[in-house]
Amino acid sequence: MPFIPHTAADVQHMLQTIGAESIDALFDEIPESLRIQGLEGIPPGLSEMEIGRLMSERARLDGRPLCFLGAGAYEHHIPSAVWAITTRGEFYSAYTPYQAEASQGTLQLIHEYQTMITSLTGMEVSNASLYDGGSAVAEAALMAVRAHRKSRSLRLLIPSTVNPNYRRVVQSTAGNQGVHFETVPYLRHSGCIDPVALEGYAGQDLTALVIQQPNFFGQLEDIDRLTDWAHAQGMLVIAVVNPTSLAVLKPPGEWGTRGADICVGEGQPLGVPLSSGGPYFGFMTTRMEYVRSMPGRIVGRTVDLEGRPGYTLTLQAREQHIRRGKATSNICTNQGLLMTAATIYMTLVGPAGLARVAERCLARTATLVTKLGELKGVREAFAGSRFHEAVLLLERPVATVLRELEAQGILGGVDLAADYPELGPALLVCATETKTPEDLDRYVSALRDALEAA
Amino acid sequence: MNQTLEKSIFEYSQPGRGAVAQHPPGDEAAALEALPPALRRRTPPRLPEVSELDAVRHFTRLSQLNFSIDTNFYPLGSCTMKYNPKACNQYAMLPEFLARHPLAPDTQGQGFLVCMFELQEMLKDVTGMKAVSLNPMAGAHGEFAGVAMIRAYHRARGDLARNEIIVPEAAHGTNPATATMCGCVVKEIPVDAQGDVDLEALAKAVGPNTAGIMLTNPSTLGVFERKIEAVAKLVHGAGGLLYYDGANLNAILGKVRPGDMGFDVIHMNLHKTFSTPHGGGGPGAGAVGVSARLEPFLPVPVVGREGTAYRWLSEADRPQSIGRLSAFMGNAGVLLRAYVYMRMLGREGMSRVGEFATLNANYLMVRLREAGFDLAYPTRRASHEFIITLKRQARELNVTAMDVAKRLLDYGFHAPTTYFPLLVPECLLIEPTETESRETLDAFIEAMVAILSEAQTDAARLKGAPYTMPVRRLDDVRAAKQLELTWKPVNSAA
Amino acid sequence: MSQVPAELKYAKSHEWARVLPDGRIEIGITDHAQQALGDLVFVEVPEAGRVLDAGAACAVVESVKAASDVYAPIAGTVVEANAELAATPELINQDCYGRGWLIRVQPASPAALDALLTPEAYATVLASAEA
Repeated sequence: MPFIPHTAADVQHMLQTIGAESIDALFDEIPESLRIQGLEGIPPGLSEMEIGRLMSERARLDGRPLCFLGAGAYEHHIPSAVWAITTRGEFYSAYTPYQAEASQGTLQLIHEYQTMITSLTGMEVSNASLYDGGSAVAEAALMAVRAHRKSRSLRLLIPSTVNPNYRRVVQSTAGNQGVHFETVPYLRHSGCIDPVALEGYAGQDLTALVIQQPNFFGQLEDIDRLTDWAHAQGMLVIAVVNPTSLAVLKPPGEWGTRGADICVGEGQPLGVPLSSGGPYFGFMTTRMEYVRSMPGRIVGRTVDLEGRPGYTLTLQAREQHIRRGKATSNICTNQGLLMTAATIYMTLVGPAGLARVAERCLARTATLVTKLGELKGVREAFAGSRFHEAVLLLERPVATVLRELEAQGILGGVDLAADYPELGPALLVCATETKTPEDLDRYVSALRDALEAA
Repeated sequence: MNQTLEKSIFEYSQPGRGAVAQHPPGDEAAALEALPPALRRRTPPRLPEVSELDAVRHFTRLSQLNFSIDTNFYPLGSCTMKYNPKACNQYAMLPEFLARHPLAPDTQGQGFLVCMFELQEMLKDVTGMKAVSLNPMAGAHGEFAGVAMIRAYHRARGDLARNEIIVPEAAHGTNPATATMCGCVVKEIPVDAQGDVDLEALAKAVGPNTAGIMLTNPSTLGVFERKIEAVAKLVHGAGGLLYYDGANLNAILGKVRPGDMGFDVIHMNLHKTFSTPHGGGGPGAGAVGVSARLEPFLPVPVVGREGTAYRWLSEADRPQSIGRLSAFMGNAGVLLRAYVYMRMLGREGMSRVGEFATLNANYLMVRLREAGFDLAYPTRRASHEFIITLKRQARELNVTAMDVAKRLLDYGFHAPTTYFPLLVPECLLIEPTETESRETLDAFIEAMVAILSEAQTDAARLKGAPYTMPVRRLDDVRAAKQLELTWKPVNSAA
Repeated sequence: MSQVPAELKYAKSHEWARVLPDGRIEIGITDHAQQALGDLVFVEVPEAGRVLDAGAACAVVESVKAASDVYAPIAGTVVEANAELAATPELINQDCYGRGWLIRVQPASPAALDALLTPEAYATVLASAEA
């Protein structure tokens, strides 16, 4: 039997020791009517050789088209050392570090991760990670409700420039606790939050404003003015950011006069492969004054019986404590392996390397947008500065165009029809540092063909 | 003595150093001019500036400070620390699977999607449920989905009064937290001295406000809930639904199916029963299975099949869904690992999981009892785990479960689960899993015997354990009072 | 065996109340509670001016093991919270009936303490809890 080492002699010896006739006898407390004879619906087992072949065939079937998709998951170069080390058995098959003496490797790594991500986001303290970017926004909303000293409204403002899937997750997760989310519209010409619509909420009891930077369209919001406005209204500011962009963009801790209060985002760009959407990890950082409201694990440095420094999980009492009348989270995990990969990635690229990645993403996307914009039937949707994504308006249905590009081995972008129908045929494109000038030219030429085939 | 065994990565840093081979080539700094100056970062983030070799050495050395399944026996009750087959990792990380963007079209993902569909089908079969969603990203996340679906079901029928979730007093702490997250109220009921749910108390607790009951079977006490059919009848009779916490599924895999026991919704921990890696704290995957009446409420997306083509079914296809719980489809890479594991085991292999997990647990239990340890439920069979209590040793020798757990580390064994369930004082919850050999179990027993002897002859020494780990016992109180949550240079004012 | 001073009144949820000379009520958690919690690492107290209902959660005491709500044994308005607890929460472990007081409250009604348990009644509660 795969992975079961017992010989017949082992089984016999063990049954004798127990005093049972057979292994079946060990299940004698279970009502006979509930016991099944076998799992007929499951196919017979495969050797490693056979499953290896099957998986390789299926992977080959999917292939590797040229990818210009973003919308919350980004293709970046991952240094070989990242997963070579992350998949070491001592990291891969270790448990949650509850027995600190047996887990100093994991605990120290988490502490280093907390240090790096805190600095990257310009905040004061971090947790050990959450499930993903979307659920991190939900956790931030619940945290804001817990942490806000005065507001009792349980109302938050979420602009429609925040990733639509994140907004769905927030609703599914926090909606059950009576938390309400008001959508703030964007301006058609800039693709950014409509300041006049926002001003309409002035003077109301609102818990927090969520600001995504760069926003879902790739556009850059006026985060200083937005942060100061929210604070003047007595709201907390929840920043949702892209970690690669933070190498070159002002981090949330420096937004406005006081800085954002809670910062979250999707950590996937930091050394985590796209892998059809997961596993990823969400990061969360905040100010020290809110640390006890922050969900998830936290590692602290302390000393042992001999005064030697060591690391341990801390502030754990909060995790199971149900705050009556305030919002609750049940999260008791962190995405250990992914956070490990991200820590090694950040170490290998360093501040200089991450800046170079960000610069190259900016440059590639700018070039792509310029070249595509020169094609007949393509124009940019929004004016204003952006990071590494852009919305293009087409004069043909986007779904048709994307199918034709797919036939050329190119994934051209994300169709915004379902979430932003008011834009008409709109395509969200992204070019990261992994794209060469030849890749861009290939896309341009394939899109030209697809548009002319109308 | 003021240095950790492996120094901080920041102590390797030298300005200007870097792993240059990892930097993109060329100079694109001019692209920054397109950014408004007010939005530009002024000082670089404090990330390490180290060579690639230093980075590799540092993190490799850190890994060597850990216990792991690959290096140590890890009998953590309710965690199911079984061997994580390397094949699962290798085939989940084939380059084409890794490179696929979550929003790539279904037509460019049939290889991946057929694995997901077949995984859904296999999980349905082993659990006896009608439909499965792979979406939740952890056990607690699956719990949330389960309770949310129960709530949605009652509301869809106009039964708005049902907001009470019944939970046995021995339940895991996430259960009440989950109920509260879903806008429900928790009602606790006792278990009897044999470890079964108190049926009389349950009969009093159910009523028109009952949304459902959350149970684990085998329970958190390590024993099979013998009256489960009666429990199901009582709760269903009162109009409530049954939720199964799949933490202990390993005990009954291939022998009993939760669907057959009457459960309406279950969450599975793929990182336990289906051997995906624990990863130092994640990522898990908490797939949920449901009976027919809850199928419309499953979280999206779910894989569907039309003829020979597979595609994601989402909000448009499932208007009554409780919604999306993650930005994309869930922990795809973890799900691929579970798929490979289930295909390698196949029908025979999976039937053996429950059998050998139970054999190993009962063997350990009998041998430890013979060695002088007190069992919490001495008249019961062990499921895949069992509890010993050190209440007597605590009273007579002042030796606690914590002391025994720490001393086991010196013997090269990770401690069992301590102080859970809260119902049993000074307890150790021990789960060997089916992948451990008789020799490993015998060595563990020898260590426990030695520790018991030491408790009688040199309790003081025992209480100071561990001695051979990278650190001795750590000051938790100081960690919580003097919060040091980021690295500070030695001479910094902070 | 935990201490139960004779001059105080008690709540089933392990809070104590003392009448101060000026009529205000001083409130804290009992010896049983502080023992069960272990070394306290953090205390969250309400601000002065906060109005409390009897039985409402009004503070949080946190140890390494658990974070517990403290319930107001009587209705009233918070006049003062113990500022020393911010830096030295361990005062509650060391002297829970003295320097480890949590809040001082202006009671809503002068007979507020009548509804609370006598030391004997609280000792009975403890006897079953500690069995």
